[in-house]
Amino acid sequence: MKILTGNDLKSGAVVWWTGHGWSLDVNDSADVGDNGAAIIAREEGVQNVFAAYVVDGEKTDEGVRPAHIKERIRAFGPTVRLDLTLKPSDPAALNWVI
Amino acid sequence: MVDVQFRFRDDEAVNDPAVTVDAFSEQSNATAVRIEPGEDARALLPYLDRIALVEVNFPAWTDGRGYSAARILREAGYAGELRGVGDLVIDMLHHMRRCGFDAFAPDKALNTTDAKNAFERWDNVYQATAIDGRQAIWAKRHPA
Amino acid sequence: MYKYDEYDQQMVDVRVEEFRDQVRRRVSGELTEDQFKPLRLQNGLYLQLHAYMLRVAVPYGTLSGAQMHLLGDIADKYDRGYGHFTTRQNIQYNWIKLEETPDILAELAKVEMHAIQTSGNCIRNISSDQFAGAAADEIIDPRPYAELLRQWSSFHPEFLVLPRKFKICVIASETDRAAMRLHDIGIKMVRNDAGEIGAQFYAGGGMGRTPMIAPLIREFVPLDQLITFSEACLRVYNRYGRRDNKYKARIKILVHELGRDEYVRQVEEEFAHLLTQPIEPPLAELERIKAHFVDPAFETGLSNDLDLTDPDFRLWVERNTTAHKVPGYVIATISLKPVGGIPGDASADQIRLMAKLGTEYSFDELRVTHAQNIVLPHVKKADLYTVWQALDEAGLATANLDTVGDIIACPGLDYCSLANARSIPVAQKISERFGSAQKQAEIGELKLKISGCINACGHHHAGHIGILGVDKKGLENYQLLFGGSEGADTSLAKIIGPGFTEDGVVDAIEKATQVYLANKQGEERFLDTYRRIGMDPFKEAIYG
Repeated sequence: MKILTGNDLKSGAVVWWTGHGWSLDVNDSADVGDNGAAIIAREEGVQNVFAAYVVDGEKTDEGVRPAHIKERIRAFGPTVRLDLTLKPSDPAALNWVI
Repeated sequence: MVDVQFRFRDDEAVNDPAVTVDAFSEQSNATAVRIEPGEDARALLPYLDRIALVEVNFPAWTDGRGYSAARILREAGYAGELRGVGDLVIDMLHHMRRCGFDAFAPDKALNTTDAKNAFERWDNVYQATAIDGRQAIWAKRHPA
Repeated sequence: MYKYDEYDQQMVDVRVEEFRDQVRRRVSGELTEDQFKPLRLQNGLYLQLHAYMLRVAVPYGTLSGAQMHLLGDIADKYDRGYGHFTTRQNIQYNWIKLEETPDILAELAKVEMHAIQTSGNCIRNISSDQFAGAAADEIIDPRPYAELLRQWSSFHPEFLVLPRKFKICVIASETDRAAMRLHDIGIKMVRNDAGEIGAQFYAGGGMGRTPMIAPLIREFVPLDQLITFSEACLRVYNRYGRRDNKYKARIKILVHELGRDEYVRQVEEEFAHLLTQPIEPPLAELERIKAHFVDPAFETGLSNDLDLTDPDFRLWVERNTTAHKVPGYVIATISLKPVGGIPGDASADQIRLMAKLGTEYSFDELRVTHAQNIVLPHVKKADLYTVWQALDEAGLATANLDTVGDIIACPGLDYCSLANARSIPVAQKISERFGSAQKQAEIGELKLKISGCINACGHHHAGHIGILGVDKKGLENYQLLFGGSEGADTSLAKIIGPGFTEDGVVDAIEKATQVYLANKQGEERFLDTYRRIGMDPFKEAIYG
């Protein structure tokens, strides 16, 4: 699947396109198919997000997993500071990233 | 032709078409010339007395060669109009003035309130450019 | 240290308002991201992998206690309780919100700090020797010259959009602790035969994709021509540096392509012209600045004795302190490299504790080093045990300066949007593998530097051992380099062979240290042995 990520303009937070808005959780990602560029143009145009781009992802039993480690770290948080990630109390979550 | 949006001169605006640096040296009747980013402003120094307008083109404001070109012309004594044209941005207007530009013809008109604020933002400056008539902070600290 | 006058204060205050206005225009849509990006970068605001990152300038690495304290408070109030000290003596915050940035800058301005030109294609923060003003081997304090250059380079109208970023370093001792020749311009303050102080200029050094050691371009620039000569160097670069390819746009490429002699000829020609322009501040301005850098009120007649009965203290003193120019004082380096820790990171509480120690025990001064540590430059030996105990309690007394545990590492793929591989986990594993004091003592000085991509923010080219993270078909892979150095004997490290996994690279380094220990003669460091016996024995042990 093709998923779309960017950063919230005001907070800088990493966000994922859900099909009708933006979520902090990669698992909410929608498959944007060939529409990525159009969604980016519209959303950047109204100052919601910036630096948006489309990446490959995969729908698994646990949720949506970006294909490349870079976006998995983006989705999860720094692997060296679990306390700052989206799953601070789950050390096993690191296996999802690497 | 793009309009001059800001001009800091009292003389009449020059509206002669600007020719390229290469063409200029061969056309003894031309009075306006346009410098592109890669061109050497010093090639114009022999002709300064017959130039009324120099346009310095900024295809992108982030290409900073035009700022050196402007200063070089002013350092050599050029007193005619020095016009920045192209991709000009609010946030560089003040610095362009300091490099010797006294006319501004942006591709897209700039917000006049923001531009006015930008021109007037800095009461003090750290450097002497020697060509903008402004006293550097160090000169104010050590009055002669 | 330097104190702002009304002009300096006004400059940073106006900048805060200018940036506030730029943020307003961005949020309202008046500026697109493409237009805003170069503007925010000139104010140190990046977009990183997870959020905005703000880099705050620490000019020539010198901080007061109040400044350091505020850096801790900002970490708590606007970030997530920590900051990251960088190889250019600055500090970065990783979780900044755009809308709060003007307020952060306003708070910084109150303690005479800013983020001006900490990124972007302009003249960056001027770096210097972290032991300036304290080192026994310096001919003069280099910081007044760095401050003169800081003011000249701030909002310089001609040089705000150079072909690429531009880093200047000023030192004033034979021992180069600041990697001076790996800067775009390196300046070494020297004394000529007539006994006058002047500046020796090097140009065209740098790391990144194409590492180069800067050649000497002028033996001696008199102090009353320092700004004019700098301006000539910059103008030639601004006019002729390449703008067609950002990877070939640094001054090192210009100097390399023109040849050192032709670059020098052009600079000298421009210099001769600029000498006719009244752009040089009077020497009185340099004297005014110098007055801010006079020695603090050192006591005289102090004893040089230290009670070293506590073995842990003894180890720390031997490893982390350096001779001071005044008897009875010492330079103490606080390692931000605890075993298994993140190189260069400090919590808000740790930052405030260091601030307090700087205020109480180091004449209100601290330094940031290019090796991502903090220095208390002027500690009375009689106070050293008290200082050490306070550091120890806060987890800041790791005794590993310049050893294999004192690793320089860029943020890598954990934070950086440019990185290809993570740097920090590798640093953590190495520092754990070599964590015992005994092992570190046995191996001695070994400068290990890790970058997560070829941009080389982790200085891997200049490591006795360097590690470069690469992306190998979506997997992190690490290349190993040997033989770099950033000191007076600057050299560039060479790749030894095929890359490794994260664990593989740690094993390879252990094998390399075994080769060193087996071949070491006398007092040789790892680097000395490597230079003497060459790469083959190491390759044999690692790949054989």
